[in-house]
Amino acid sequence: MMSTHRVSAGLRLHVVLTYLFLYLPLGVLVLFSFSASRYATVWSGFTLDWYIKLFGNERIAEAFVNSLIVAGGATAIATVFGTAAAFALSRLRFRGRAPMETLVSLPIVMPELVQGIALLLLFALVLPIELGLATITIAHSVFGIAYVAVLVRTRLDGLDPQLEEAARDLGASARQAFFRVTLPLIMPGVIGGALLVFTLSFDDFVIAFFVTGPGASTLPIEIYSMVKRGVTPEINALATLILFGSIALIAAALHLQRRTV
Amino acid sequence: MRAGPVFESPRLWLALVPAAAWLVLFFVVPLSIVALISFLRAGAPVEWVIDVGGYARLADPLHVTVLLRSVGLAFAAMLLCLIVGYPLAYFIARRPPALRRLLYFMVLVPLWANSLVLIYAWMVLLRPNGVFDQLLHWAGLAGDAPVSMLYTPAAVLLGLVYWYLPFMVYPLYASLEKFDFNLLDAAYDLGASRLTAIRRVLWPLTLPGVAVGCLLVFIQALSAFIVPDLLGGAKSMMLGNLIQQRFLSVPQDWPLGAAVAVALLAVVGAGLVLYYRLQRTQP
Repeated sequence: MMSTHRVSAGLRLHVVLTYLFLYLPLGVLVLFSFSASRYATVWSGFTLDWYIKLFGNERIAEAFVNSLIVAGGATAIATVFGTAAAFALSRLRFRGRAPMETLVSLPIVMPELVQGIALLLLFALVLPIELGLATITIAHSVFGIAYVAVLVRTRLDGLDPQLEEAARDLGASARQAFFRVTLPLIMPGVIGGALLVFTLSFDDFVIAFFVTGPGASTLPIEIYSMVKRGVTPEINALATLILFGSIALIAAALHLQRRTV
Repeated sequence: MRAGPVFESPRLWLALVPAAAWLVLFFVVPLSIVALISFLRAGAPVEWVIDVGGYARLADPLHVTVLLRSVGLAFAAMLLCLIVGYPLAYFIARRPPALRRLLYFMVLVPLWANSLVLIYAWMVLLRPNGVFDQLLHWAGLAGDAPVSMLYTPAAVLLGLVYWYLPFMVYPLYASLEKFDFNLLDAAYDLGASRLTAIRRVLWPLTLPGVAVGCLLVFIQALSAFIVPDLLGGAKSMMLGNLIQQRFLSVPQDWPLGAAVAVALLAVVGAGLVLYYRLQRTQP
């Protein structure tokens, strides 16, 4: 039986205020992205000028393309390496598996700042790779591998091994069983992981900030320098677009994750 | 059986090689370099001489201040997240399932916006002549001078609470959702007051969720970088900013920066070990 629960006025107020706190900054950004005032903090009539200016801004356009390149590259590396690692870790029994599993998931919890500094030192002192889009892509692929491996692993562990065995008994070769049975079954995990990595890479500022080089700004790095230079309504317009873009991507990733076998 | 599944093939370990090699080269080696540098002598930028000066300089009053402030801010953010998050998670957990999912989803949405963008939004709200300033003047609560809440430790705390609140609500909601609310009614029937029932029944049974949420917020807030960088000023510098400045700004002191990073990792590592222990003991 449902308990006779009544919500006190105090709790109701607390909840309303908390949601207000969470959504106030988002609402302000979206609202002021359509405000005619140059001062980004006063409402003075509806305009689409900031969006038009934004689309004419070449630095932003270039940074956006750079972000797509980095996120695309990091996602490709992370998806292939991460999925393969998840397979091996799910099926192999060997000594050293536990430390291997820790290593594969550790980048998720390592503070971004420390990862950024550490990679900067690697590229500056040991590996002669010029700082730029390539180094950002490498840096993002590191945490990307971890996310894909963990997500695909969860999917693999929930898989019925008899499906694969049945395919083999019916005459499928090992290769066929893999590509026609197992891979399609874990595909939602793979795609969900790839979307997550793409979004995280696209959003990352801290790691990219440390391993970027001259002329290789990603979108968050460009936003950071805009914010440091001062408030302009163009950032509001850009922020609004990024907000809805990220929500759409994550919602897609969640949807794929939830789809059951 | 005629043949085992493909994944019992003796060559399967090959699938592990690319990820393992990649992570060793771009994760283990870089972190080892940081650890190594923390034990070198400061030079231009380092001399290859073993030295513990980096750690010794951690005890410099200036750095101790940053250290204490970081721990203090992270702890305060943790407590505020708990105070704000617990009633919220309780409220959500007592809604009907469909509404529950929607309300929970709404807590997570800000997490998916770009972090810079969210902090920028707080700058718009808090800066002089910003939204709050104008509201205060409009309400007649402030004098003629513009009021700025930006670049203060309070602004940093606000940013941390905002940014990490979802990480608190997530484990709290998970443990409150599993809680059998009939137990509260039973307590009332046995004569317990509302407060007693919450204190003696609800709180102890959801304590594991509280602990996990507090750990998640504390270890992340401790290594915050963007929030103090954008919302804070010189007087609200945190560990992350100290690390960044000693590596990238004058005067450089790589061993000190590396020592701070190692100390931070030690705290984060201890927190994680505790976290996994708690996860395992949770029903």
